[in-house]
Amino acid sequence: MKHPVPVVIAIVTLYMASVTSALAPRDFLSRFETAARASDPAFTPVAARGAVFFKARHGTDWSCSSCHTDNPAAVGRHAATGKVIQPLAPAARPDRLTDSAKVDKWFRRNCSDVLNRECTPREKADVVAWLLTIR
Amino acid sequence: MTRWIPVTMFLLSASPAFAAAGGQKAQASPVWREECSSCHVAYPPRLLPADSWRAVMAGLKTHFGTDASVDAKTASDIERFLVANAGMRPLRSMDGTPPLRITTTPWFLREHDEVPASTWKSAKVKSASNCTACHAGAEGDNFSDDSSGRSGGRR
Repeated sequence: MKHPVPVVIAIVTLYMASVTSALAPRDFLSRFETAARASDPAFTPVAARGAVFFKARHGTDWSCSSCHTDNPAAVGRHAATGKVIQPLAPAARPDRLTDSAKVDKWFRRNCSDVLNRECTPREKADVVAWLLTIR
Repeated sequence: MTRWIPVTMFLLSASPAFAAAGGQKAQASPVWREECSSCHVAYPPRLLPADSWRAVMAGLKTHFGTDASVDAKTASDIERFLVANAGMRPLRSMDGTPPLRITTTPWFLREHDEVPASTWKSAKVKSASNCTACHAGAEGDNFSDDSSGRSGGRR
């Protein structure tokens, strides 16, 4: 046992990762980027494109901004009920983009409300890229 | 003793659907609170009868204009909690179906009959589903608090 400390740290880190499976916002960017590349190997997320997508309407009465506002660092309000919605940007709300089940659930529901379909991996990657640029 | 019966009946009729079994507030289910309070106050189960909650849960994909669908396990857990703590008085809409909107129930309309139309439409309230606009404690299932200053709330 020449280097017990690094070994112990490595084991503890692996153990923690397996127990909490905590994800970082960047992990979601990688995930959607990889998924998008399956159909377009040249795909690269573009934050500016994500911002346009977020603020635009896509054939329904609502855009993402309708509830989240144009500023993902700001507190939003549900367009129908008025309920307060905490900021989407991880810089403003650190638990955003850290839970796979929540990320999947809200993309599924909200894309259904805003686009009447699921969002593509490209669209998700662009939006996440934009959210990560918010400081 | 018998002269108290009509009074008791009146008092019971003022409470939502005679309240849930035992008249107690429901022991809150964490999954119900987490899921149902994302977009609105987690409305107390006693405010609708069981068949209304079953109908609400069957239609989450198109829930008052939004997709509120949850996975099957979550849906079944929430429905079990809602049904177990539902209001006891049966309710029917004009077309014979269970009502889905708490705001259309006789209890809700009676409790809020003094609220003017302009209040419902104000930017602060926005919707009759927005309990917290006037009942600051609604998130904690406390509707007696009424920040509009009038006495009232749930009696």
